[in-house]
Amino acid sequence: MRIQLKIWRQETATHKGGFVTHVLDDVSREMSFLEMLDYLNTTLIERGEEPVVFEHDCREGICGCCSLYINGRPHGPGKETTTCELRMTKFADGDTIVIEPWRSKAFPVIRDLMVDRTALDQILQAGGFISANTGAAPEANSIPISKERSDEAFDAAVCIGCGSCTAACPNGSVMLFVAAKVSQLALLPQGQPEAKRRAWAMMAKADELGFGACSNTAACEAECPKGIDIGHIARLNRELFRGGFGSLATAAS
Amino acid sequence: MTILDSKIPAGPLADKWANHKNTVGLVNPANRAKLDIILVGTGLAGAAAASTLGELGYNVKAFCFQDTPRRAHSVAAQGGINAAKNYKNDGDSIYRLFHDVIKGGDYRAREANVYRAAEVSNHTIDQLVAAGVPFAREYSGYLDNRSFGGVQVSRTFYARGQTGQQCLLGAYSGLIRQVAKGKVTMYPRRDMLEVVVVDGEARGIITRNLVTGEIERHSGHAVILATGGYGTIYYLSTLAVGSNATAAWAAHRKGALFANPSFVQIHPTSLPQLNDYQAKLTLMSESLRNDGRIWVPKEAGDKRHPNSIPEDERDYYLERRYPAFGNLVPRDVASRAAKERCDAGYGVGDTGLSVYLDFSGAIEKQGKKAIEAKYGNLFEMYNKLTDIDPYEDPMRIYPAGHYTMGGLWVDYNLMTTVPGLFSIGESNFSDHGANRLGAGSLMQCAGEGYFITPVAIGDYLSERIKTPRMPVDGPEFDAAERDARDRLDRLMAVNGKQTVTAFHKRLGRIMWDDCGMVRNEAGLEQALSSITELKEEFWSDVKVPGRQDRVNQELEKAVRVADFLELGQLMSRDALARKESCGAHFREESQTPEGEAQRIDSEYSYVAAWEYQGEGGEHVLHKEPLKFENVEIKERSYK
Repeated sequence: MRIQLKIWRQETATHKGGFVTHVLDDVSREMSFLEMLDYLNTTLIERGEEPVVFEHDCREGICGCCSLYINGRPHGPGKETTTCELRMTKFADGDTIVIEPWRSKAFPVIRDLMVDRTALDQILQAGGFISANTGAAPEANSIPISKERSDEAFDAAVCIGCGSCTAACPNGSVMLFVAAKVSQLALLPQGQPEAKRRAWAMMAKADELGFGACSNTAACEAECPKGIDIGHIARLNRELFRGGFGSLATAAS
Repeated sequence: MTILDSKIPAGPLADKWANHKNTVGLVNPANRAKLDIILVGTGLAGAAAASTLGELGYNVKAFCFQDTPRRAHSVAAQGGINAAKNYKNDGDSIYRLFHDVIKGGDYRAREANVYRAAEVSNHTIDQLVAAGVPFAREYSGYLDNRSFGGVQVSRTFYARGQTGQQCLLGAYSGLIRQVAKGKVTMYPRRDMLEVVVVDGEARGIITRNLVTGEIERHSGHAVILATGGYGTIYYLSTLAVGSNATAAWAAHRKGALFANPSFVQIHPTSLPQLNDYQAKLTLMSESLRNDGRIWVPKEAGDKRHPNSIPEDERDYYLERRYPAFGNLVPRDVASRAAKERCDAGYGVGDTGLSVYLDFSGAIEKQGKKAIEAKYGNLFEMYNKLTDIDPYEDPMRIYPAGHYTMGGLWVDYNLMTTVPGLFSIGESNFSDHGANRLGAGSLMQCAGEGYFITPVAIGDYLSERIKTPRMPVDGPEFDAAERDARDRLDRLMAVNGKQTVTAFHKRLGRIMWDDCGMVRNEAGLEQALSSITELKEEFWSDVKVPGRQDRVNQELEKAVRVADFLELGQLMSRDALARKESCGAHFREESQTPEGEAQRIDSEYSYVAAWEYQGEGGEHVLHKEPLKFENVEIKERSYK
């Protein structure tokens, strides 16, 4: 297949970036999308040019490293698919593919298609944990949890923290990411003691980091590679409500 | 002469760990804040250690090459984590778990370490559940277990097919809690290039900032490596593309012995290689063998669609050869059996290098829903990557490089031969002998990180509470930084014609062919000379574009491949020196008449620990004899 690629190139965070066109004449349909980019990079290096920087690691859809805004969609076409799981069979001979880094103020570009997603870890630091010191844990089966509840917690816990929810959101909101963690821990009895503080602390941090507000467009759900349901945002809102508005001050202190 | 002291505590096996904990040195809480610990690698072992050491009050500086610890490759462990809870009341116990791991490792692991791993496994499950890990539950609300290869009890805790992800995120949540408290400082996007040894003790590291290219110096009172395995030496493996041996190899160059480097697990159920573009092989969890049956056609070259091959024309070769364990034989046995069938011409698919893993029987018996509940995400993943629907047609699988049992030699306290330099998780050699059982990796990583490392570190630092913080401008730091810079400069300066990846692929091919599932003397000799030539070619013709003071992923890869070229030589040398077969290490010259691995206990019942002798020098072998006082050594039979 002949594929024309329009790729965002930017040397460092402070350099000015722009689109550069690269053409590949012999892309195989058997390639994965990232293998196609590997192939592009090989040809660039052999021509004495610098390869395109993009992030990837596990290449099986679980580490959350890969990102890429492909033809206007995070992780490209296909439902519940990470970029590394995307195959070139989704494209046709002669296609032009536009590849951009995640588009969000909270994720500044580091180089080319690589962005800084530290903000997600900062939100988790604000409260995305259960304060269970090593050694203090009770016998695991002393806390029975109904299968339904545990499964629901699991459905939220599958978040890979890639940031596509924010990249997809017209407001640059991180609500689905926060909701997934808050919901997982709120559903579990172990997470109860800190539940009130957690939701407010994580939301306050998200606001502070410059993420936008949620206006229920559900773009996040549509683009989430792990199919996380926006129902979890409803639970986050309930947790915020339950926490009481006074908690905001406590959380911020 | 051996320089190895395993420091195994005296006393009966079951009391060793308890006695040891009762007698080791402690650091009082007020002194802990004066002590800095460097921790490299923040996967399950590293994250668990960082959070626990932070809770105890030490200052932890944690480094990883990823942008966040959440992405470490522990995340990809699928099937489960073992513990001896005996929730199923099926006769399990700490001793049974210990025994299974020793036997599974083909009697090439240390009894005391393995027993301790089994002992702490139960607390690990408690800890992870407390941290909010949503392990699978029964309708009663209690935790569920499933069985795994190489054992006859159900002791595996799991979270669908994403157990590693959930365990890692659990440990990570403990780590970030300590980051928020200021007890752990995270340094992401760093490659560790050198260990700094001062007065014989590990006191620091040199890192490269992968964003700015800056070479940085960090000091501490102890250094812990939790940097994972080196299965990526095969180029195609089930590991993350970035997994590497660079930190471990840097430690090795500074005097840490490397143990059993050739002990590599080839996982039996990976997606087969389909073409030359492929950058990795995706694992399909071993748990699938609980319900899936492995077969090839009875007639070589049978090209019919698998569903039109009648039952009596199928060879369920694992069930045929190993009636007692059937499809649940350990990984090394399953891998070799697949290779044997494919080499004999019975393999399926275009390349003939795959076998079927069939769920039709299980779906018929249990219903599609039950199978979906157990393996839904794995089936989906397979479907995405191959366009084959495993609910309808059997999967096609083939073995792939996976887990490295070998690693840095450590004593009972997880300390390498360099005082103050520790190695935990997959980066050490300690618990799995010559073959790891399924769901044993998460067990070892979490157990060592949460419960063993803090004891070992406390003991080591208890004698160093008066040691002041180390400035980073001493001659040892200067020298280490110079070495790191020299290597980077040399790589950039070659300016040849071939890409780093081209070399990595060629090295992978050599390793796979001659130091993979089956090894022999001629092949290993060949590998040694091929790698030597390849290494020379690499250093004269590799092309690393760009600059050092930018994000430069080719330079990162070049550093890793340069180290793999040296490690590949050592692996081959180790495989050559061990003329017996054991576990995953299969020497053609040493097999039973039925084609099973033939150990030679009288000559090879030892850990092979190799000492570095400078660039180009020949490694020196040290042997740690293995004593078995609590298990009867038998031929490892799964028939």
